[in-house]
Amino acid sequence: MYNTVKKTNTFALRLNRAFVYMFCVFLALLSIMPFWIMFVNATRSTPEIQAGLSLLPSSNLSRNLEVLVGKAFDPITGFMNSFIISAGTTICAIYFSSLTAYALVVYNWRFRQPLFTFIVLIMLIPVQASAIGFYQFMYQIGWTNSFLPLILPAIASPAIVFFMRQYLLGALNYEIVESARVDGSGEFATFNRIILPIMAPAVATQSIFVFVASWNNLFMPLILLTQKEKYTLPIMVNLLRGDIYKTEFGSIYLGLSLTALPLFVIYFLLSRYIIQGVALGSVKE
Amino acid sequence: MRRRTISYSRYGFLFCLPFILAFLVFSLYPILYTVFIGFTDLKGVATKEFHVLDDPFENFKNLLFDNDLFRKSILNTALIWIINFIPQLGIALLLTAWFTNKRLNIRGQGGFKILFYMPNMITAGTIAVLFSSLFAYPMGPVNSLYQMLGWSDQPINFLLDKWTARGIVSFIQYWMWYGHTMLILIAGVMGISPSLYEAAEIDGANGWQQFTNITLPGIRTIILFILITSMIGGLQMFDIPFLFQNGGPDNATYTAAMFIYAQAFRGQYLYNRAAAASMILFVIAAILSAILFYLLRDRDAARIRREERRMRKEAAKAAKGGVVNV
Repeated sequence: MYNTVKKTNTFALRLNRAFVYMFCVFLALLSIMPFWIMFVNATRSTPEIQAGLSLLPSSNLSRNLEVLVGKAFDPITGFMNSFIISAGTTICAIYFSSLTAYALVVYNWRFRQPLFTFIVLIMLIPVQASAIGFYQFMYQIGWTNSFLPLILPAIASPAIVFFMRQYLLGALNYEIVESARVDGSGEFATFNRIILPIMAPAVATQSIFVFVASWNNLFMPLILLTQKEKYTLPIMVNLLRGDIYKTEFGSIYLGLSLTALPLFVIYFLLSRYIIQGVALGSVKE
Repeated sequence: MRRRTISYSRYGFLFCLPFILAFLVFSLYPILYTVFIGFTDLKGVATKEFHVLDDPFENFKNLLFDNDLFRKSILNTALIWIINFIPQLGIALLLTAWFTNKRLNIRGQGGFKILFYMPNMITAGTIAVLFSSLFAYPMGPVNSLYQMLGWSDQPINFLLDKWTARGIVSFIQYWMWYGHTMLILIAGVMGISPSLYEAAEIDGANGWQQFTNITLPGIRTIILFILITSMIGGLQMFDIPFLFQNGGPDNATYTAAMFIYAQAFRGQYLYNRAAAASMILFVIAAILSAILFYLLRDRDAARIRREERRMRKEAAKAAKGGVVNV
């Protein structure tokens, strides 16, 4: 009797497991296929793409590139602009958020708790809430078509401060700060030489997220950058939709592939840390 | 060790100064300025002078009562968000239940997680244009697939149908975010004490009972957190509908953020109306956030913090003079 129950149980379990694997493989294919088709079609010509679906690359890559670059799309400039903005944003956001988090954790000052409460409150303010005023302000001081208004606001990144604070609360040993003081280290030097290295793991994961978020940002750059030579890659994606590339499907797919390629490289090199980082960053409340 | 009686507290303020200044200049001032613009007649490119309207609430009244496009954009935003969020949370919960079930013991979880999260990393704009190319008419990859599988003899112009277009935008949103939601949920389940599951196992609870009685209550706050952050993210939906079909067909995918953008930076450059629309959006987001904080408030933690503050004050009074660093 017991045996038959167990047998049906294991059978049900196996069936269950098979279903779960099938479902997961289906979702995995769903994740891969659009990008696979994108990369494959980047190597095919317009007639080939119109003739039907293929999962194997063709030989039209160089011609597609010629057409793509021959018109409005300039991947090198776009890449450089995106890189400058994303790197600048990352440095500002990570360094100053760490500094703010350190001040919130280590020093017992009057507005410590009020400031922290305030930071939590402003974490969810949507960009659109300030966009129009921000644009007008930047227009008045002549900062449109400059990268500064896309980089400097990152100095105040409430969500990163929140994360860094959580990390410091767990990782920091106050005795280190005390002994640095005894050794005559200034407060600012202590932060730079001793605390930042302690925060390295948090700095690394958050840097990836800030960099990618800035790289993918469309709304603010689209508003602020109107000169072609200042365009970032996401703005250039917009060019691919226009009439310029109307029937050059291969070139459109190639343009898309070029904007996605750096992100795929980052993702597959760092996926382990990224997956961990998503889980870590989320256990907020 | 003898404590030195040096006050370090000013460093706390000093180190927060860059954050505070950047917030005041790049966030608070622009928000207040946006509020102000909402009450003025600011429109047109390079307008230098503008004034508060005779009826300061004219822009708001227009948006709320006379502007069909704005109302439609809010409705679309809500529709697209709901169609995306229900399957997103449902499938993420399902995967979480499977991946954390010890009896099921699913292998290759690491690989699945990497693939499920992957779309989240890629530029939303790129994905939007990619999907618009995949559904191209008359000959795009999806049409090819339909004919290969014999589902249709003639090419279908998917992007002409309102609900298909909305459905695709919702699908993209779902597809980019369910992996993220799943990773957060799994992290939440990992935080539940294993002894609860062991006890349930001994009491003979099956997998479903364990999921509904231990897992779901254990991740309640995390689900709420996901709900509200996703709502506020959804309110700002711009990249995907903008680059997918530019709000079309027939404005079926025209969202509130697109409305703001189009009012201010296209056509007549109605900065004032766009600013008023942003404020309405901001109020909606603020209400949603307030609900989040109300639902997620931790009563015990708040009590402990109050207690701590009281004790600290007393200690400071007793110490009198030298501020001792924590």
